[in-house]
Amino acid sequence: MLYTPENWGSVPESWTRTHLLGLEDLSSEEIVLLLDLAERFRNNVLESPENKRKIPLLVGKTIANLFFENSTRTRTSFGLAGRRLGADVVDFSAGTSSMAKGETVVDTARNLHAMGVDAFVVRHSCPGAPQMIAQSFDNIAVVNAGDGAHEHPTQGLLDLLTMRRQFGRIEGLTVALVGDIAHSRVARSNIFALLKLGAKPIVCGPSTLVSPYWEDLGVRVSYSIDEILPEVDVFNLLRIQFERQVVRPFPSIREYAHLYAMDSDRLARCKNDVLILAPGPINRGVEITPEVADGSRSHILDQVTNGVAVRMAALWSTITAAERKARK
Amino acid sequence: MAQSLLLENGRIVDPSQNLDAVGSLLLVNGKVAAISPQDSEIATDAERIDARGKWILPGLVDMHVHLREPGYEEAETVATGAFAALAGGFTSIACVPNTNPPIDTQANVALIRELAARARRSNVFPICCVSKGRKGEELAELGLLFESGAVACSDDGSSVEDSELMRRALEYCKMFDKAILCHEESAPLAKGGVIHEGRVSNLLGLRGLPTSAEDIMVDRDIALAESVGARLHIMHVSSARAIDSIRSAKKRGVRVTAEVTPHHFTLTDESLRTFDPNFKMNPPLRSQEHVDACLAGLVDGTIDVIATDHAPHSAEKKQREIDVAPFGIIGLESSLPLSLETLVDSGKLTASQLVEKMALNPSRILGIPKGTLQIGADADVAVVDPELRWRFDVNELHSKSANSPYLGREMKGRAIMTIVGGEIRYRLGD
Repeated sequence: MLYTPENWGSVPESWTRTHLLGLEDLSSEEIVLLLDLAERFRNNVLESPENKRKIPLLVGKTIANLFFENSTRTRTSFGLAGRRLGADVVDFSAGTSSMAKGETVVDTARNLHAMGVDAFVVRHSCPGAPQMIAQSFDNIAVVNAGDGAHEHPTQGLLDLLTMRRQFGRIEGLTVALVGDIAHSRVARSNIFALLKLGAKPIVCGPSTLVSPYWEDLGVRVSYSIDEILPEVDVFNLLRIQFERQVVRPFPSIREYAHLYAMDSDRLARCKNDVLILAPGPINRGVEITPEVADGSRSHILDQVTNGVAVRMAALWSTITAAERKARK
Repeated sequence: MAQSLLLENGRIVDPSQNLDAVGSLLLVNGKVAAISPQDSEIATDAERIDARGKWILPGLVDMHVHLREPGYEEAETVATGAFAALAGGFTSIACVPNTNPPIDTQANVALIRELAARARRSNVFPICCVSKGRKGEELAELGLLFESGAVACSDDGSSVEDSELMRRALEYCKMFDKAILCHEESAPLAKGGVIHEGRVSNLLGLRGLPTSAEDIMVDRDIALAESVGARLHIMHVSSARAIDSIRSAKKRGVRVTAEVTPHHFTLTDESLRTFDPNFKMNPPLRSQEHVDACLAGLVDGTIDVIATDHAPHSAEKKQREIDVAPFGIIGLESSLPLSLETLVDSGKLTASQLVEKMALNPSRILGIPKGTLQIGADADVAVVDPELRWRFDVNELHSKSANSPYLGREMKGRAIMTIVGGEIRYRLGD
């Protein structure tokens, strides 16, 4: 079926957020709403021959990708999501060095705002930077594309979408996040959303990278991947973020891989229908061996496809909410 | 001709003479002349001020203030900081030496004194560095600096990391009977930290400052001071375990004193959830158990002093991403109302105990003749309206900077008149 803005429908009125800054703030209904929108975009637009992967819901809107930290895949994914919705997308990349030069993120955003922008997609190495931008403008949509080790809401949503498409549900799934939990915004967004939707998250990794404070939230903490292999439905294998570590939290990569890498031997001890995810970019041979990354249980590339659909949902919903708010 | 000022019928609270009673205070020629004098003692031309319903206190003393001059005058100067002091009821402040250049020479001590004398606002007592350039490598010329008027020494902003140098500094200061004021933080443990390490830092993905960084330095410095019998003052204590260490050290007779800031007994790290850099300080705002320990330490006397750690920063430096925003908040104009509300209104401390911690004890630790209304003392007085309700408004600050987490907060109690050397230097509403 060929979809147009007329027959596609509109963003449910129950969605009122002009910003998507993190999944901690969202209700379970809001998370499901975004997952449902993303699912429709994936099935009916991205995989529909008639629509040629496009639906012009945001024609005339301008989205600025404001990336203060290096990224290729997330920026490309947001860029494609915007274009598939018919929006104009501009890229602004500034290394974190611009922080040292003294311009604040808000000043940078004000500059772009003056050029006429409807939405900011913000990535920054500092937690809270997207919030600063969100607080500085009225009726502008702000989507967090990763703020330091805090949140990466669209990554969390695309992980959940991948799980839901595989298992048909989130509730009751045992989901293990393995590796560098301390420095992972992906882990935080996953945990917040999984808890809200009734899944059972486990954080697993070296004790120097897994805070005991997670237990306060009802998250299980494990230091042994071998111990949890038989009970886990989804493994999300996080990248070791060497660039964010102030001191090396384990003796060697070799030792880390020995203790935590998902290899064929460990995979053989998992459930038959286990789902292997990784947010990428992956360090092959560190958190995951190549044969597992490229094997049949791996849905790493499926995650990437879902990423575009989730970002279409995030941009459409927030920009629509901003537009509705401006009209009032 | 004698200058006389009579503050009439206020509640005079002066723990230095165990006084808490309604009466009048006569100030003549810059000194306290009499308490509740006979009519015959009062000069006919004395200026009379009605203080009914008000508190007459020895001028408050803040022993931990950053005045930013020389070097960071965009944030504060000696004159503006001393003005903010007056507005907060402080007649004397001691300024820490992490300026640029740092106060590690006699010339810089003299500069601060000169700037303060010219400003004619609060008294300003310079604190000099422990080590040259605050580098923690060799002792500053402490004897000469004390002779020039430095009232204590401190490498505030960091600890003296080298234990041998710290021991030598304590031993050396002992012969001058001066305290070393210590910022307690083990640098390797604190490296890269932004907020208190705990539940909130874990949720926000911000690197934590563990309490152990404070605890081990407090323990080390107590051990060093104890071993050489020297005087040690712990600045801005914030950790429950550190407070326990100070408590037990005092019981053993160690010559240790401690201060706490109003923000450490009124706020927790939950405030950081907004990522507002005005809640970023060092030591960081900690969790409720630590706030409770600060309050308990104030009540049982483990903590001797309330000091502000007044740390002005210009908006362009402070209103940044939380990782890069500098630590610290202004405090001179909010300290008294916050302390009154949290400590006195709640019944934790008496008015007299509050005055001890905000005037008498800091004066004793610094060895300055302040914090008292005894006859013959300098006529430094704060007149406080304990019932006045007001809003902490950014447009009414006297400090040059506005980096406060309390902006917009409804306050109760305020200094309405501040007198230095018998001269009314601040009057609310003027």
